[in-house]
Amino acid sequence: METASKKSFLTSEMIKSAILGAFKKFNPIYMVKNPVMFVVEIGFIFVLLLTIFPAMLDADASGDDRIYNAIVAFVLFITILFANFAESIAEGRGKAQVQTLKKTKTVTGACVLLPDGSEVMKQAYELKRGDIVLVQAGETIPNDGEVIEGIATVDESAITGESAPVVKERGGDFASVTGGTTVTSDWLKIEITSLPGESFLDKMITLIEGARRKKTPNEIALNTLLVSLTIIFLLVVVTLYPMTTYLNVHIPVATLIALTVCLIPTTIGGLLSAIGIAGMDRVTQFNVIAMSGRAVEACGDVDTLILDKTGTITYGNRMATEFTPVEGVAEKELIRAAWLSSLTDDTPEGKSILSLACKLKVDTADEGMIRDSSVHIPFTAQTRMSGLDMQDGTKIRKGAYDTIRKESIAAGHVIPKDLEQLVHQVSSVGGTPLVVVKNHQILGVIYLKDVVKSGLKERFDQLRAMGIKTIMCTGDNPLTAASIAKESGVDSFIAESKPEDKIKVIKDEQALGRIVAMTGDGTNDAPALAQANVGLAMNSGTNAAKEAANMVDLDSNPTKIIEVVEIGKQLLMTRGALTTFSIANDLAKYFAIIPAMLMAAVPEMSSLNVMMLNSPTSAIISALIFNAVIIPFLIPIAIKGVKYKPMSASKLLNRNLLVYGLGGIIAPFIGIKIIDLLVSPILQMIGL
Amino acid sequence: MWQIAIILVIYVPLVILAGHYLYHVTMQQKTWLDPVLNRVDHVIYKLSGIKQVNMTGKQYVLALILTNAFMVFIGYVLLRVQSALFLNPNDVGNMEATLSFNTIISFMTNTNLQHYSGESGLSYMSQMLVITFMMFTSAATGYAACMAFCRRLVAKTDTLGNFFVDFVRVITRVLMPISIIVSIILVSQGSPQTFSANKTVQTIEGKMQDIALGPIASLESIKHVGTNGGGFNGANSTTPFENPTVLTNIVELLSMMLLPGACVVAFSLMVAHRRKKMLFGKQGFVIFAAMSVLFLIGLVTCYVAEQAGNPIISELGITQDLGSMEGKEMRFGVAQSALFTVATTAFTTGSVNNMHDTLTPIGGLVPMFNMMLNVVFGGKGVGLMNMMMYVLLTIFIACLMIGRTPQFLGKKIEEKEMKLIALCILIHPAIILLFSALAVATTAGVAGITNPGAHGLSQVLYEFASSSANNGSGFEGLADNSTFWNVTTGLAMFFGRYLSIIIQLAIASLLAKKMWHSDSVGTLKTDNAMFAFLLVGIVLMIGALTFLPALALGPITEHLQIHF
Repeated sequence: METASKKSFLTSEMIKSAILGAFKKFNPIYMVKNPVMFVVEIGFIFVLLLTIFPAMLDADASGDDRIYNAIVAFVLFITILFANFAESIAEGRGKAQVQTLKKTKTVTGACVLLPDGSEVMKQAYELKRGDIVLVQAGETIPNDGEVIEGIATVDESAITGESAPVVKERGGDFASVTGGTTVTSDWLKIEITSLPGESFLDKMITLIEGARRKKTPNEIALNTLLVSLTIIFLLVVVTLYPMTTYLNVHIPVATLIALTVCLIPTTIGGLLSAIGIAGMDRVTQFNVIAMSGRAVEACGDVDTLILDKTGTITYGNRMATEFTPVEGVAEKELIRAAWLSSLTDDTPEGKSILSLACKLKVDTADEGMIRDSSVHIPFTAQTRMSGLDMQDGTKIRKGAYDTIRKESIAAGHVIPKDLEQLVHQVSSVGGTPLVVVKNHQILGVIYLKDVVKSGLKERFDQLRAMGIKTIMCTGDNPLTAASIAKESGVDSFIAESKPEDKIKVIKDEQALGRIVAMTGDGTNDAPALAQANVGLAMNSGTNAAKEAANMVDLDSNPTKIIEVVEIGKQLLMTRGALTTFSIANDLAKYFAIIPAMLMAAVPEMSSLNVMMLNSPTSAIISALIFNAVIIPFLIPIAIKGVKYKPMSASKLLNRNLLVYGLGGIIAPFIGIKIIDLLVSPILQMIGL
Repeated sequence: MWQIAIILVIYVPLVILAGHYLYHVTMQQKTWLDPVLNRVDHVIYKLSGIKQVNMTGKQYVLALILTNAFMVFIGYVLLRVQSALFLNPNDVGNMEATLSFNTIISFMTNTNLQHYSGESGLSYMSQMLVITFMMFTSAATGYAACMAFCRRLVAKTDTLGNFFVDFVRVITRVLMPISIIVSIILVSQGSPQTFSANKTVQTIEGKMQDIALGPIASLESIKHVGTNGGGFNGANSTTPFENPTVLTNIVELLSMMLLPGACVVAFSLMVAHRRKKMLFGKQGFVIFAAMSVLFLIGLVTCYVAEQAGNPIISELGITQDLGSMEGKEMRFGVAQSALFTVATTAFTTGSVNNMHDTLTPIGGLVPMFNMMLNVVFGGKGVGLMNMMMYVLLTIFIACLMIGRTPQFLGKKIEEKEMKLIALCILIHPAIILLFSALAVATTAGVAGITNPGAHGLSQVLYEFASSSANNGSGFEGLADNSTFWNVTTGLAMFFGRYLSIIIQLAIASLLAKKMWHSDSVGTLKTDNAMFAFLLVGIVLMIGALTFLPALALGPITEHLQIHF
């Protein structure tokens, strides 16, 4: 899927199948779902009939009328074709992904363990919830489930695109497995948790397949607006006919249909479903599966983001950043002792101490010898310290201030006066102090720091500009939390928070009328994920969390919620921008068509022909052609979404209004004029 | 030009003052008339058995409709039997059935379209008990609906306010006091207020002439204060008895502009009520500003067109130094006539101090367009409600452009609301265009048209725009007292009024019940200049786009024909 996002915008194969799809969509049963384009289709059929039987409505119609009707019919035809093409293209991009996923789905069979211990082979689609299956190395897991026995590595690349296998075992956060992934070593006993056809993979496929996509609430609301605009303009044209008849002005029916099609919002009407499909598709390209379009729309509205500290704001591990000796101890001695204390320590913290010590030029000549000859003393919850006992009897330890202090006093050593101050200094800036001792004599303090992910501060600044508030949740004490909050730039934080605190924060924020988004992975996050308006669960997390959330991040990168929010906004913006553009277009079309329509009866109308279009016929046809060709011009915007930079709502509105509002008024004046210059010589040639 | 400027300058402080008063009345806060009026109200409540309990949106609308229906019934009967009743010194006969239908709907819907002439068609009793009475009650109905609407936009519940209480309070505390003051000014300037019969006098030319008298001043005041517009006499505010002097002209102008503007001020205070006291809430001010811009665009266009005059008249060798004076009163001139024309259609009053039929094509297009938009202040509260439909529509489009789902005053605008908003915006053009098309396509309709070609179409468009917008002014010239015109305009007025009110209150009810969401820098600012600009743009785009083809066939063709 990584490769999918890097794929070029369009491939020739996609275009081929989209063109085929565009023709298939002419089926009125399908078209009626899009009322705006359905009106165009009815108009097309009507003008087509008038081309074949020009005298149908007007007994003295001439051959010229037939040619004119044919041209109008043709332009209407390509208008529909372009709109259908846009939708097919958007669907095609999703289909490529579905193909890959569907391949994953073709699982042959599964070995079901019956309660009496016997084994039966069943097809994957026969599996029921609660069945227990045994999956051996090299086999594919038949459906979603929980590991109940065994430990094995599983290749989840089919879903996540991540090629490194993941360890799965019973209990904890690594118990859930996804159907369609492959066991690469050992075996697992799995209890199936979803019905055939309802697995995570199935849901993904359903979501991505545009055809079965449900319209989102906002899309329905916008569609209502477009339908009512269509009705208004239909009324305008239908009532125009008796009025012109009363005034003895003759207007050909094809012209009235052309006027209708130009005025109704065909641009946005033709692109609306493409925008929706492409918006969902962008989320998927990002390796995030949204359970509904509603969830993606809600993302655009997020006011408050609740983020876990560990893993989201900071890298999971703390890192050594400073060694501070107590008074009377040389820095070199402390560094050496700190290095020794971590030599056999495999924890990330230990490794970070080693690398810092090496950076500070510690003497590492005897490393191999010491490693071989010393005894490692591991960290336990009781001792709360770790280190090593060297061959010569030297005991090196590092650990928490309280326990080291107690041991040191018990061994009869004097506690250095400045120790407490050093420890306090470290914890006051949010760090974790580790005290280093050599044979119970205190040497100094190691400053372990929670490292904030790079670039987050800028991201949070952007979010603030967009009006989104960030809240950090952490189990740390308030002091540490405050310091991390300050460094990362979040707006506020909850220290010493328990899982139930998260729900409280979400409820409080919602009571203030805010839309809340959060990320989570553990089972105890599930209620909060369900309570939040947008819950993004990590794919690595438990099934409970995934089910409670309305989005799942396949890469398990909690920071991604920020991008998802942007995609949600972009989806709505694309709709808004193209709607504005479509409506603004009508002004120029009026100036092209109305004078042209009435010029025969009221010659003075020529003074309203501000674009100096060549003839009434070319004016009408140019406006109609513009109306058709603008659709393919806008397909890239519909599919990629309008450009979005985080900024305040007011600035964003000004910018988009300028581009799509003012642009929408000006562009057709220029476009229609250019088309007129190209078309009028041809029309003159055929005598129109 | 300076006359117009002075009137508008006086208008601004007056409207703010009235808005604060209206806000206090609406929110049941203390006003200085309370000591007297509380007692009056309580007597009324007691006599009519009004229990002051809060109503849901549905109950409120139902109460409104039933009250109106009852008044329609009584009024219709009175018109049909007026000749036999008291206070009929001029021996006026009973009114014909379709004309009674048209008249009663016309006055109940606050339209005041008149297919009769008051001096010959109504007894003094009908003028007072039907016409003047309905001028109060229809205006109060509109204000009550608007109050219910605005309160629901800012509330968190749908059960609030009582129609009957609102209805009574608006009449006793707002319409009555202002009308009394205006009546006294009118009487002081020469408007008659009498029960004596018409006088027949000999003019200096030696001919005999009937001078129509009656209780004119009392009708005239509420005619403007309640943005009704139906004159005592057929010639409305052009006649010296209805509008004797320049001073009365200004008073009438200000009194019809006062309350529609004040409604917006009151709304602005409701939105801002959580914060400290202020002169004019920002949200309401933006809407007020958008309305003002539309008003001024119309005013300038109309004034310039009238001042420029008609080139064909110039060719005939008639000077037009004073502008186009055809159909205008010498005592008002072009400036006050243009202002009155634009104000009476923008504020949907419908009284006229000059004949709109004789305005220049572009000068006549402005009042027609005002009524087609029906949101430039608009009448008695419903104008604000209509504008709010465009506000919600603008928010819908603008919110999408900033990547938020649409939200106004913390409430989300979703599918259901959007359906109703779209329907509400659709009704008005649908009524105008469909009925106009029907009129020009049927012999019964065409029979009423008295001018050939484009001007004839303008007459038809104007008549239905005026009916649907509940304005009531006539382009005149249309022979409109026929079954076809009485029935079609009656239906246009009826649907234009009640469908809109029902749908708008339904939208307010839906919004009132919604969860409230907070505003942040990420949400759309609806109280700044940018939004006002956008609102004007959307109103013009939707309004202009809908009516442009019809206008092109009517006034625009006329204009081009006399100028090119």
